[in-house]
Amino acid sequence: MRFRDEYRDADTARKLADTIARTATRPWTIMEVCGGQTHAILRFGIDQMLPDGIELIHGPGCPVCVTPVDFVDKAIEIAELPAVTLCSFGDMLRVPGSRGDLLRAKSRGADVRVVYSPLDAVDLAAAYPDREIVFFAVGFETTAPANAMAAYRARRAGLANFSMLTSHVLVPPAMRAVLEAPDGRIDGFLAAGHVCTVMGTREYEPIAHAFGVPIVVTGFEPVDILEGIYLCVRQLESGRNVVENQYARAVRTDGNGTARAIMGEVFRVVTRNWRGLGDIADSGLALAGAYAAFDAENRFGAVVSKDAIDAACISGAILRGESRPTECPAFGTRCTPDQPLGVTMVSSEGACAAYHRYRRADLGTPRQ
Amino acid sequence: MRTGRVDFGGVTKIVNLAYVPEAAIGDHVLVHVGFAISVIDEAEADRIFHHLQEIDDLAGGEAAAP
Repeated sequence: MRFRDEYRDADTARKLADTIARTATRPWTIMEVCGGQTHAILRFGIDQMLPDGIELIHGPGCPVCVTPVDFVDKAIEIAELPAVTLCSFGDMLRVPGSRGDLLRAKSRGADVRVVYSPLDAVDLAAAYPDREIVFFAVGFETTAPANAMAAYRARRAGLANFSMLTSHVLVPPAMRAVLEAPDGRIDGFLAAGHVCTVMGTREYEPIAHAFGVPIVVTGFEPVDILEGIYLCVRQLESGRNVVENQYARAVRTDGNGTARAIMGEVFRVVTRNWRGLGDIADSGLALAGAYAAFDAENRFGAVVSKDAIDAACISGAILRGESRPTECPAFGTRCTPDQPLGVTMVSSEGACAAYHRYRRADLGTPRQ
Repeated sequence: MRTGRVDFGGVTKIVNLAYVPEAAIGDHVLVHVGFAISVIDEAEADRIFHHLQEIDDLAGGEAAAP
């Protein structure tokens, strides 16, 4: 497939890895923010191509992983009401709440449905006026335009039986939180390319400046990630700290103006609680006042905050980039994708799931 | 709302084009949860490979120097 295969070319990847090795004169620690990049790094063995001293640490960019347990509990509570159909992206179904997950609620008889697009939920609301259709809207900026459009269309169509349980999060405030952590050791960032297709690159400039870190907006294929690392190392070696755009084939400086306009109408910026990171000011999106009638929390009661994680689970430290999945005593034993203790083992973007899928065989001889 | 048929390496899906008003037939688009969110810039897509060729040429030149 075009724009994919050439970015997976082994020869090109090797050349980039060699260039990184020639450029780096001392150790550098780089965080890739996005869980999609984490999976690509492990799947293609990018971390193992890098010279000693260039360390990648995995960031909090997995939307399912950072959704607080309270929202999962609320989604289950709503799904179990009569006459409610709860729609969700598939990877939310196995996220553990404090009393099981949505899949188990479905097996008990709750009407829980997986949708590919939020507009599928709007279509359900139009087709079944006697049922309450609730869409579990989670995600980063990449997903926000689609979810905004669902609310926008439901309002235009006057669909009184549609609402959204919204737990949207934003990347830049989380990057600031990670940088402000007392034992932070991040020298540079690979910023999430798909998030930037929507938001553009300007909001990262103040972060690069204030914290003195290079930020390279990076794509998701091996050649993209290696070039992102190269650009980041090149800045670090020359003492620069600016925003660079490796993923210019998809990311424009100002992002997607049409998408941002709809997001601006439908959502407002709020403080959000992140699993593993706690409350972060102005780090999320909730429905704006004009859309209050479509807010599931207004219809079915507000989410009650009482974040609790299994004490054996270190997903908080993993989401902060402080620990690696393989450092967890429960990894691959008491905690597996089939029986996850924590959400980073569940999601297709979670770091623990990535290590379990691509590195389990290596566990006898850990690399570091 | 404008939609289009997008070929994902053999699987064709109807995708919402509300956020890419500039998209035309034959364009490559980035799709997320049923929405195209960006049109791929082909000139930019080739940039890295030209860039790598330059690095190659440079390395070759150094190797040839006495």
